[in-house]
Amino acid sequence: MTTPGNGNAAAYWRANLRLMAVLLGIWALVSFGLGIVLAPWLNQFQFFGFKLGFFFAQQGSLYVFVLLIFYYAWRMNRLERELDVHED
Amino acid sequence: MSVQVWTYLIVGLTFALYIGIAIWSRVGSTRDYYVAGGGVHPVANGMATAADWMSAASFISMAGIIAFSGYDGSVYLMGWTGGYVLLALLLAPYLRKFGKFTVPDFIGDRYYSQTARLVAVVCALFVSFTYVAGQMRGVGIVFSRFLEVDISTGVVIGMAIVFFYAVLGGMKGITYTQVAQYCVLIFAYLVPAFFISILLTGHFIPQFGFGSTLNDGSGVFLLERLDGLSAQLGFGEYTAGKKSMLDIGAITLALMVGTAGLPHVIVRFFTVPKVRDARRSAGWALLFITLLYATAPAVAAFARLNMFETLNGPQMTGTPYAEAPTWVHNWEKTGLIKWEDKNGDGQMFYSGDERNEMTVDRDIMVLANPEIARLPAWVIALVAAGGLAAALSTAAGLLLVISSAVSHDLLKKVVMPHITEKQELLYARVAAALAIGVAGWLGINPPGFVAEVVAFAFGLAAASFFPAIVLGIFDKRTNTAGAVSGMVAGLAFTMGYILWFKGIFITPMAANVPENWLFGVSPEGIGAVGMALNFVIAIVVSRLTAPPPRHIAEMVEHIRVPRGAGAAAVH
Repeated sequence: MTTPGNGNAAAYWRANLRLMAVLLGIWALVSFGLGIVLAPWLNQFQFFGFKLGFFFAQQGSLYVFVLLIFYYAWRMNRLERELDVHED
Repeated sequence: MSVQVWTYLIVGLTFALYIGIAIWSRVGSTRDYYVAGGGVHPVANGMATAADWMSAASFISMAGIIAFSGYDGSVYLMGWTGGYVLLALLLAPYLRKFGKFTVPDFIGDRYYSQTARLVAVVCALFVSFTYVAGQMRGVGIVFSRFLEVDISTGVVIGMAIVFFYAVLGGMKGITYTQVAQYCVLIFAYLVPAFFISILLTGHFIPQFGFGSTLNDGSGVFLLERLDGLSAQLGFGEYTAGKKSMLDIGAITLALMVGTAGLPHVIVRFFTVPKVRDARRSAGWALLFITLLYATAPAVAAFARLNMFETLNGPQMTGTPYAEAPTWVHNWEKTGLIKWEDKNGDGQMFYSGDERNEMTVDRDIMVLANPEIARLPAWVIALVAAGGLAAALSTAAGLLLVISSAVSHDLLKKVVMPHITEKQELLYARVAAALAIGVAGWLGINPPGFVAEVVAFAFGLAAASFFPAIVLGIFDKRTNTAGAVSGMVAGLAFTMGYILWFKGIFITPMAANVPENWLFGVSPEGIGAVGMALNFVIAIVVSRLTAPPPRHIAEMVEHIRVPRGAGAAAVH
């Protein structure tokens, strides 16, 4: 079993935490923000046949969640290669 | 061919497929049995996770709940998908790197304590049994309506099928049957949705139909019409909620965190070859889930509109009972639709006020939808097969958690550490067989509180596992005392609060109304508060007591970085 150099492992962890903070911020914004807290206000705007707040609560936030995970997976793979902490 | 012949044909074919897969994927080692040898492709694991996750409740009940509650139903849509973001970012990659078999494995090792392990075992068993009872019930309902056998016979047939592939094939058998079950259930969900969307709006894709104008030449948006009718009939606007904003937020959060803390979902990420596969696999799982979840609210809106129009007629004045469509009579036989002619005019009328004469069970919306829209018989049969696939796949995943909690976490790790792998595997199979028996019994004799206990399961998973695992990875300072006191406090608080208002085993202590709730949070959403309590107590108690030993800190360092992940290890 190889143990990665301390410097890289620490840098990797810091970068990971920063990325997570941003993505979880977006996660909270689309669901709790646009889909719940701001929904009554957003409902005055029309998006196709949807009221906008209702759209985020029943459609929009779900699509954003999927994109968030794929982006995280892609970004972390790159980060691991750059810092040489990837598997095999 | 009649609906019943089609149903026998399609259900029979899918069952034959599941059994074929079971025979092909028999296993001989505990590693195969618990984690499918750790060699499942991330896309296949994504599908299996989606089938594992989407239960009878998602397939049969969710669209119905949304149809009846409109905007308030959004808590399930956001809650049951948003949890995957937490899972992918906070849990799955690290637990895969940890590389063992079960959630209690992680809790027990990370907190170097048998007490912590036992608390985790008890939670896992409680959550899983709660859930599995609901699945067997779903199997029974589908059988009784579509194959016209009684519910008990339906449950026994379902048990026999699950027994076959879960006991023979363990996680490996379950994984590949779940892949097949996902394909069956998503096809069965989407086909009627496409049909109905075209009928109502002229759009093939239900999500587009959901946001477009009606097909009747009026040029009115579907949701606009629905809001209008809903308000006129005394239900309030469809796109506006009735629950308080705080409660909506709390329920959504509790469902998200509960999803990420459910052991049968977490354990699926132990089965992929690499850490990066765990992340990708979570993405695929959510994509496959979203195919159904983004369709469900469209189906809900279509069903609601169809229901208003068929029960009340185009003028919203009522329809003569003598001219009621056949689906009304079909479901009256199961007792899930009732008509009481209060004003004696011989007409059915459905509304949200005192004029109402109909009782319609929300669980029938998805199953009755193809009949309401007059779709061909094979579509109705397909929906029956899809409902069975959803229920059986979830039941199998849960049974595996129960079986591994008993054979691995309880017997091998605590009671008799010297048993050989062969003996452990035998115990795992015996435990799975017994669990199927108990689940079947619960399905035939359902406790009156199945619906209530689901909220219970999520609340408990949110208040117990989630904080303990997250702190175990992200806070090196959390020690045994902190984790155990956090879990116990979170559990006790959440369980106490739910019992207080719902009175599941006791008489409720107080009426379940917003005026009595703590901070205005309902029992469904209290898991969010329990989770926060768990976090605070775990962090504070850890700071006040001795830090964990050095090897634990090293273990955490090791989990955080992907390099050096082996296969899920026998230990």
